[in-house]
Amino acid sequence: MVMKARTLSRHLRESLKNLARNGWMTFASVSAVTVTLLLVGVFTALMLNMNKAATDIEQDVEMNVYIELESGQEEIDSLEDQITSLSGVESVAYSSKEQELTSLIDSFGEDMALFEQNNPLRDKFVVKATDPRQTERLATEISDIENIADVEYGEGKIDQLFETLEISRNVGAVLIFGLLFTAMFLISNTIKITIVARRREIEIMKLVGASNWFVRIPFILEGIWLGIIGSILPIGIVTVLYYNVYEFMQPRLQNSFIQILEFTPFIYQINALILLMGVVIGIWGSFMSVRKFLRV
Amino acid sequence: MIQMKKVYKKYSNGIMAANGFDVQINSGEFVYVVGPSGAGKTTFIKMMYREEKPTKGTILVDNVDIATLKPKKVPYLRRNIGVVFQDFKLLNRLTIYENIAFALEVIEEQPKVIKKRVMEVLDLVGLKHKARMMPDELSGGEQQRISIARSIVNQPKVVIADEPTGNLDPETSWEIMNLFEEINARGTTIVMATHNREIVNTIRHRVIAIENGVIVRDEQRGEYGYEG
Repeated sequence: MVMKARTLSRHLRESLKNLARNGWMTFASVSAVTVTLLLVGVFTALMLNMNKAATDIEQDVEMNVYIELESGQEEIDSLEDQITSLSGVESVAYSSKEQELTSLIDSFGEDMALFEQNNPLRDKFVVKATDPRQTERLATEISDIENIADVEYGEGKIDQLFETLEISRNVGAVLIFGLLFTAMFLISNTIKITIVARRREIEIMKLVGASNWFVRIPFILEGIWLGIIGSILPIGIVTVLYYNVYEFMQPRLQNSFIQILEFTPFIYQINALILLMGVVIGIWGSFMSVRKFLRV
Repeated sequence: MIQMKKVYKKYSNGIMAANGFDVQINSGEFVYVVGPSGAGKTTFIKMMYREEKPTKGTILVDNVDIATLKPKKVPYLRRNIGVVFQDFKLLNRLTIYENIAFALEVIEEQPKVIKKRVMEVLDLVGLKHKARMMPDELSGGEQQRISIARSIVNQPKVVIADEPTGNLDPETSWEIMNLFEEINARGTTIVMATHNREIVNTIRHRVIAIENGVIVRDEQRGEYGYEG
């Protein structure tokens, strides 16, 4: 389908004129798109951040493997080798009790320096599993090794956390799809109403020999406009909202291993997504509704 | 030009609107299609521009079987056929000029050509001075002239008219008929379904009479042959 530039500009003019001519219908469609995209935008932002948090948590699931106090350097080396050779171990980092104390003093202040006289801490390994879900199994295996005093990780809580995250991801996805579907339905219905009013026009176009694409394109362009116009407000609101949330959350999460998604690349990505979704539901909506009127 | 061979059309409600049409219309002919309401006149006409598809049979237009024409090709068929209706089918939001230009715009004709041709046909139907007016500012007869102008602006070989004078008073009807005569004189084939007895009996042409989906009469220089 090669279209001449002149024809395209005619179609563009037509589609804009139609938007203006069907003022209230345009308003209704745009409102439907706006509400949906706003909900979808906020949900998506939430989802993506939750996902990020989940990944952060997953990345950060590590266990502290405490070594028996009386172990010598040789035994420590041998332990490290043993743990490293277990399947599913991503990394093993050694931290001596002196290092532990230094980081404790860093976190809790000079009061902790008292313990420098008699360090009550133990040497430890920080072990990470390749798949965080394997943490529990690894912990059991490691605790069976000789010279290991204790293995610590968020027993039980981690499994629960993963389950919760999994469920909320799925619920979010279903909600977003549901919303998108509703919006497409609303748009397609609204455009259908404006098309019923223009049945005669389509009939005449077909009678004088217009091809289906010639009839269809102005409606599709109209759908695109509806999508674009409908995404303006959601983009604005999501941007302002996320900016404030980011400004509020970011400093508070500074020292946490969970981080909120950086404002700058994220806001462009989500806004592009909102715009794209608007355009897609617009095209789809008009395509569906014009279809049945082309059989003249 | 147009040839129907054993054409049958059965609607989903069981009505047999075409029960074996066999007819040939030659290039340059002027043909009236007459018959009682519901006899199959409109079906006969609609099948010629593929508004209706026959259930069975062959319809050749310019040696192309339009009964089996792919939907994609239908627009190209329509570009070679002008259609005129009882209710004019003009777009009220467009000016007279735009209504006629519309038929050329949809086939992506050059703007220069569009302007030239639209002015030509407006001249032919005698309404050049009303080019900028809107359809509802014109009388019924004038609107029908515009619709005729639109039907011939593509320079089709055949113009099909379904009761073109049905909504017009007798005097205006004669004017419209004169216009069709003029178009026919230029070599365009005309197929016209009509209920207008006076016209058929005065401006003599071939008459095809249809009753119950069957061609009951086909005469050169025929008569209307029905009461009223």
